[in-house]
Amino acid sequence: MQALDRPNRNWGEVVVEALVRATGYSAIVFVALILLFLLREGVPAFGEVPLAGLLATRWYPTESYFGLLPLIGGTLLVTLGATLLAVPLGLGTAIFIAEIAPRWAREVLKPLVEVLAGLPSVVLGFMGILVLAPALRVDLNLPTGLTALAGSLLLAIMAIPTLVSVAEDALDAVPRSYRDAALALGATRWQTIWRVTLPAARNGVLTAVMLGVGRAAGETMTVMMVTGNAARLPTGLGALLLPVRTLTATIAAEMGEVANGSTHYHVLFVIGLVLFVLSLIFNLAAGAIVFQQRRRAERLLS
Amino acid sequence: MMRGLLSRENTQRLAFGLLTLAALATVLPIVLIVGYIVRQGGPALSWGFISGLPTDGMRAGGIWPAIVGTLYLTVGTALVAVPVGVAAAIYLAEYARDTALTRLTRLAIINLAGIPSVVYGLFGLGLFVLFLRLGTSIVAGSLTLAIMTLPVIISTTEVALRAVPQSFRLVSLSLGGTRWQTIWRIVLPQALPGVLTGVILGLERAAGETAPILFTAAAFFLPRLPNSIFEPTMALPYHLFVISTQVPGMPVQIQYGTALVLMVFVLSMNLIATLIRARARARRQW
Repeated sequence: MQALDRPNRNWGEVVVEALVRATGYSAIVFVALILLFLLREGVPAFGEVPLAGLLATRWYPTESYFGLLPLIGGTLLVTLGATLLAVPLGLGTAIFIAEIAPRWAREVLKPLVEVLAGLPSVVLGFMGILVLAPALRVDLNLPTGLTALAGSLLLAIMAIPTLVSVAEDALDAVPRSYRDAALALGATRWQTIWRVTLPAARNGVLTAVMLGVGRAAGETMTVMMVTGNAARLPTGLGALLLPVRTLTATIAAEMGEVANGSTHYHVLFVIGLVLFVLSLIFNLAAGAIVFQQRRRAERLLS
Repeated sequence: MMRGLLSRENTQRLAFGLLTLAALATVLPIVLIVGYIVRQGGPALSWGFISGLPTDGMRAGGIWPAIVGTLYLTVGTALVAVPVGVAAAIYLAEYARDTALTRLTRLAIINLAGIPSVVYGLFGLGLFVLFLRLGTSIVAGSLTLAIMTLPVIISTTEVALRAVPQSFRLVSLSLGGTRWQTIWRIVLPQALPGVLTGVILGLERAAGETAPILFTAAAFFLPRLPNSIFEPTMALPYHLFVISTQVPGMPVQIQYGTALVLMVFVLSMNLIATLIRARARARRQW
């Protein structure tokens, strides 16, 4: 019976299948490894710098000031600015593509947004240095254009492709019949979008926003190149016009210059740990939304 | 019915107008950036610029070592990420049941995709460069980029595999094919265009990334080609970063030329992926 069940099954296949099964779980292994090595290199910092020292407002590593608050503030400020820009533009574009664009416009827009997704972050940073920052300096009459605002503008550009593609998928997934029903009841196309399609795609749209914001918060090269890198605690939205420094940029800018095993080196891994934990929380939340959505889809189908 | 300024027709007109504006505002920067770099960088392109070695502290000469370095890193990434990613996707699409462990795997994939690229750089430094003593090298950089690329490859490949109709599998099994024969000879070939698209888009991201190779592979200045995969290398994105922030008195034309070459490198991968997808869609039998 066994032979009939699985004809031609030889040892080679057994090995290949075992390998495939083992790789199946590789993602878990890698997440664990990343956490492990961040901890391995980062944990000594907690012995070398008191927690109060890490939660201080001064980042000046050469004088042994390792306060992370200015860096966290910088990341928050730049990300907030990017979110304010990217969410309305990205969602607007997604709705335009999914709901109202004529076919030809869709065929032009979608590949263009993908081009944007593929544009390397250094290229954007480079354009930021050469074109955007000088323009900001002149137009806003600032001492330097390398500010949080420049970072926010470019990060918005980087977050938009993620936002558009995920939100558009969510809108596409709303059944045709919902729209037909609304239109048949006499709603205008806009009323249908605003009161039926968008609420039905709510979870997917929220996921899109979170993934886009997450992308912006984790971006490194662009912000390092255009935000001026001054580790100063931002105190309000006015700080958008001043240089700031983010968590990611600090790692990228300083890791090359520290001695392996020094306190500074360990603290940079702590920053990595902070970023890792933040992205974990963010993605678990976004993942939970997706799961909720799937369960809802299953309920609708059953 | 209200026929005032805010009638439903006018509201719709206003809303559609704003949405159109949003779409234009999204697309305009792309067109401007790409167009500007092509116009500014075009004159810098010459055979000597592409195939020459950098001279005069990178202020003159070509960018060949950076181009080759990026090629090496991309190929190295593919050699690791494609087999692992495709195998993991095959497991998830064809074998895995809906267990807690499978759900955990999916969460891990989502999380891998969200980890900032610079954190991958730290991880690569800790594991590959220091712990495994690979040093700052093409291997260490490729391995780091490969792990970063995995989630993209796994999720797109899984979607492509799941899109193959169940009947294909049933026919193969009913003709006496084993499970693996069915996957290898029927499902995978049918899903190939989708798999390729995902692989190329993943590698495109790897080719354009700087932060993961900063401390794992990148050489500031190396006026020759690397001799082995255990040496550091120049790479296009890192080179662009260096010449636009670290080298004073850098001729703008070389900067734009480098940006253009990097952009062409990455966007041509994008174009290939788009073409594969379009061709597959036209030829698909199901």
